[in-house]
Amino acid sequence: MTPAPSAAEAVLAERPLTGRTIGILALQGDVRSHAEVLESLGASVKRVRVPEQLAGLDGLVLPGGESTTMTLGIKREGLADPLREAIAGGLPVLATCAGLILLDDDHLAVVDLHCERNAFGAQLHSFECDLAVDGVDGEPVHAVFIRAPRVTRHGAGVEVIASVPHEGIEAGDDPSVVAIRSGNVIGTSFHPEQAGEPRLHMLAFAG
Amino acid sequence: MREESTFRTNVGLAEMLRGGVIMDVVTPDEARIAEDAGAVAVMALERVPSDIRRDGGVARMSDPSMIKGIQEAVSIPVMAKVRIGHFAEAQILQALEVDFIDESEVLTPADHANHIDKHAFRVPFVCGATNLGEALRRISEGAVMIRSKGEAGTGDVVEAVRHLREITAQIKRLQALSPMELSTEAKELRAPLELVREVAERGELPVPLFCAGGIATPADASMVMQLGAQSVFVGSGIFKSDDPARRARAIVEATTHFDDPERVAAASTGLGKAMESIEVRSLPESATLAGRGW
Repeated sequence: MTPAPSAAEAVLAERPLTGRTIGILALQGDVRSHAEVLESLGASVKRVRVPEQLAGLDGLVLPGGESTTMTLGIKREGLADPLREAIAGGLPVLATCAGLILLDDDHLAVVDLHCERNAFGAQLHSFECDLAVDGVDGEPVHAVFIRAPRVTRHGAGVEVIASVPHEGIEAGDDPSVVAIRSGNVIGTSFHPEQAGEPRLHMLAFAG
Repeated sequence: MREESTFRTNVGLAEMLRGGVIMDVVTPDEARIAEDAGAVAVMALERVPSDIRRDGGVARMSDPSMIKGIQEAVSIPVMAKVRIGHFAEAQILQALEVDFIDESEVLTPADHANHIDKHAFRVPFVCGATNLGEALRRISEGAVMIRSKGEAGTGDVVEAVRHLREITAQIKRLQALSPMELSTEAKELRAPLELVREVAERGELPVPLFCAGGIATPADASMVMQLGAQSVFVGSGIFKSDDPARRARAIVEATTHFDDPERVAAASTGLGKAMESIEVRSLPESATLAGRGW
């Protein structure tokens, strides 16, 4: 995790998530960078590997990593139904990159959307950019896209909160949807935690 | 503005692979078995280390057609190996758009003085190390992931453990030194002072530290994760065992639950025979790979 940008520092200083317990799905992936952001916001972090660990959470992060690995882990641990129930029951969720893929109609199917994996190409085409995100005030979010997916279809209840010009392997259908909100769920193609950006965590969990 | 292939996106990919297992594969079929078992990435190569060890001769980068076949077979990241110092092999792998290049002592070194200038590439690199100085030299050349060298192709975890313990012990030592002493220590480690200072402050490498070289069982994976590795590479250990798919799933499970002995016990049960293994101590000096690179 790199140092937070200046607009984020004021948010961090207040430690606004003090007293909240946020779970991070910890079957595989970059659990640590999310834990660092959440802890600097004052939250206590609980790693979730089995269904019992979903109890008593005020929020849940589905982190980046490999969605195939996590999907197999979810099946092995019997986590699919408990995750669906928790999310459908209103648990606040921040899902980043592979986490966003886990929500779609081919995976947990808890949000009405479909993702295209590796939508911008191989690792050579991973990128960073500044991005306006609806609901995030102040300076743009610094977004880190790593072999990132994009949302290619979404239902009426899903609000697009950020998109980028595509420039990817399948150009021509600009712009690409890279962040959504659906009730209690915030999903991003990119990694706010990789840039030390706490405002997406705030959007998901501070309400 | 969009900036592609930055330090952050490359270290970021290494961080996304945390808590996972990277498996050596030699065919698209093996790559699919690895992916279906939960691998976070595959290492595409022509021969696994135990076969390279057995065959002898010069081991080189794989034929691009087999790397492409593996890239088409799976959606997880595909890594491939180049010889130490062989920047032209690395240029080829970058042109093939592999997701990670391993500048590896498992292949025969191509340059006896220089490692690849990895800053000259956009694709991320992983390099092996046996100690902190070596790790920091590789990072200063541009590596965004460090793995222990271990002793590849043996199925003996002892060298991987030695390298992990060496690196973590040297980091702990740095944390106890004063700024003046750090300067002297940097000289002894033959590593840039700036990186030495950064490691002393953070208490860890500035890039992820993974474990490789001799891992053959779920217990091996659990042990090295408990010793501070963030992920594991398994080379010959999977496809040279009796039941590769089952062993692969078991090592993935043991890596996720590395600190839960009951889960590691369950994962270790009934896997059939491990790979044919060689005790590293029985190898002549000339047959060890970890001494390659500097």
